[in-house]
Amino acid sequence: MPDGGLPVLDVKDLKTVFRTRSGEVHAVNKVSFDLRPGELLGVVGESGSGKSVTMMSLIGLLPSPPAEVRSGQVMFGGEDLLKVKEERLRALRGARIGFVFQDPMTSLNPVFTVGYQIMEPLRKHMGLDKKEARKRARELLELVGIPDAGRRLSDYPHQFSGGMRQRVMIAIALACDPEVLIADEPTTALDVTIQAQILELMKELREKLGMAVIWITHDLGVIAGIADRVMVMYGGQVVEQAPVRELFGNPQHPYTRALLKTVPSVSGERAEKLAVIEGQPPILSAEPAACPFRARCPQAFDRCARENPARVPVGPGHDAACFWDPETGGPRNV
Amino acid sequence: MFDTRTGRKLVEVHNLKMHFPIHAGFFRRRVGEVKAVDDVSFDIYEGETLGLVGESGCGKSTCGRAVLRLYDITSGSIRISGQEIGDAGFQRLRPMRPTMQMVFQDPQASLNPRMTVARIISEPLDEHTRLTRAEKTDRVYELMDAVGLNRDFANRYPHEFSGGQRQRIGIARALALNPRFIVCDEPIAALDVSIQAQVVNLLEELQDRLGLTYLFISHDLSMVRHIADRVAVMYLGKVVELAPRDALYETPKHPYTEALLSAVPEPDPSIETRKKHILLKGDVPSPANPPEGCNFCTRCPKVMDICHKVEPSTFKVAPGHSVACHLYSETIQKTAGETAAIEAQESTQQGE
Repeated sequence: MPDGGLPVLDVKDLKTVFRTRSGEVHAVNKVSFDLRPGELLGVVGESGSGKSVTMMSLIGLLPSPPAEVRSGQVMFGGEDLLKVKEERLRALRGARIGFVFQDPMTSLNPVFTVGYQIMEPLRKHMGLDKKEARKRARELLELVGIPDAGRRLSDYPHQFSGGMRQRVMIAIALACDPEVLIADEPTTALDVTIQAQILELMKELREKLGMAVIWITHDLGVIAGIADRVMVMYGGQVVEQAPVRELFGNPQHPYTRALLKTVPSVSGERAEKLAVIEGQPPILSAEPAACPFRARCPQAFDRCARENPARVPVGPGHDAACFWDPETGGPRNV
Repeated sequence: MFDTRTGRKLVEVHNLKMHFPIHAGFFRRRVGEVKAVDDVSFDIYEGETLGLVGESGCGKSTCGRAVLRLYDITSGSIRISGQEIGDAGFQRLRPMRPTMQMVFQDPQASLNPRMTVARIISEPLDEHTRLTRAEKTDRVYELMDAVGLNRDFANRYPHEFSGGQRQRIGIARALALNPRFIVCDEPIAALDVSIQAQVVNLLEELQDRLGLTYLFISHDLSMVRHIADRVAVMYLGKVVELAPRDALYETPKHPYTEALLSAVPEPDPSIETRKKHILLKGDVPSPANPPEGCNFCTRCPKVMDICHKVEPSTFKVAPGHSVACHLYSETIQKTAGETAAIEAQESTQQGE
């Protein structure tokens, strides 16, 4: 649970643009958020909503060109990550900020042993010698629940199953005791029973290690079970942000409300017809001057086409970027 | 529900086996086989949707393809509206193809990027009908209307469409020849949540209007609960449980079904944080080397001695509800049932 201290990561007005031959794509627009010590921030959104690009921008992982982080500020440990030199970023990545990516097959190098890949950050960032690194690597594999850890260190990635590979990825990310862990759809490529194992492991590790986590996913079920706070993204913007129970119990933005309704569940009432969000997500060829959701929004009115709503507080720790107020059923006074 | 429908069987599958040989060594000698589908039986009634669920590698897609005879099956019988096609050759299958069609998972890979939408949708018409060019164009427009695609886009190419629209093109192509039976192989897996609902609603609407019968293959248990009338659960090449939808989701009998359902995260934090997850240990064994006895015995939280030795047969536990598990065999049900209940409590253990 978050302890409400100073944020470990503070992002302000981040803007990322991709320059392509057919024009610019404004993938991330004025995204602001913070991450508090020990909390798990869930980031939900559909593909193209900018959730991964936002997190990659923070730590300079986007190839440039075509990507360009045009403006913003990312404060981490007293430094602005968008201003520091590449060497400094490299020293932070993998040491104080860890990552887990979606596909555990493509993010591990097939020609090196798993042990080598876990030892790499230990030797580079922490300056351990080979023997110490091997010992620590073994402890890490045990920590993430891989049986017979000592022997498995000399195995290659293809000798592990999908779930086991994702455990290895988590071990690598945790190798240097990061303060922040960024997990980008870490369970999407896995089967449900394996996903349940990884989610359980993640809960245990957070209790043991107490790092702050950013968890990107499109699965509202996963978010419901694991997050402390949730940020919903749409069209490259944050449209709503709230503590997890507040978001599911009292969603304010029409997109969040619709999204929660379109997801069927394995228990409870079964709807005869699924609720649908008509239409397609927007194409972000310019910075949106109006609300990006207005074309699909059942509540849209004239103001939504004129201005892009800013995030306004709508409850304790809860904000939404919308001109419409579900409580009154009319426009909001902002 | 299946009993409220016509009650006539459109598809009957008996003891279907689809084994793929493994070749190895210098002489590519046959060293074993992957039992992708191993002795599977089920019926699909006219107008119903049978959901086929399971994790990756359990053989659900192979099963769907085998039922349409996209493979030469190893053994077994497949009857579609009374006609046996399990052993039919190419010549005899071809005139039957129009009645049975398929919607594929990946709309990116299953549409030819060099063909326009109109050509993609009319290709089955070229192959199987003798319509004139004008008639074909009319039919293409009609199909595009039916799946909610704008007629003006008929001469565009697949890459100009979004994932959801591409899946609509795939559905229009499957509908072109007025099929009665469609195998939907993970038709929504590659789509975003808000688009998934659109495609599922379209499939349901078409079913009502055209009286279609679906075999809906998916790993998404919550979506299957929405669309299917009856559900079959596969594990490692076998159907472990088959039941009407509500019975399966409310009172799952097979330990695997129970675990699978409990592993699905609920999109509601107040339920999700209280929910007891049954965590299965380890991974699915290789279908080339399945365990002796019950295929699920290596991960089953209620495993008994007999499970390691004898393969369970299928038991009927309620009308239309069958389970392949020793817990429900009459001889050991009494004694084993009690111990299993105790074991089940103990085995909601944490992780591995």
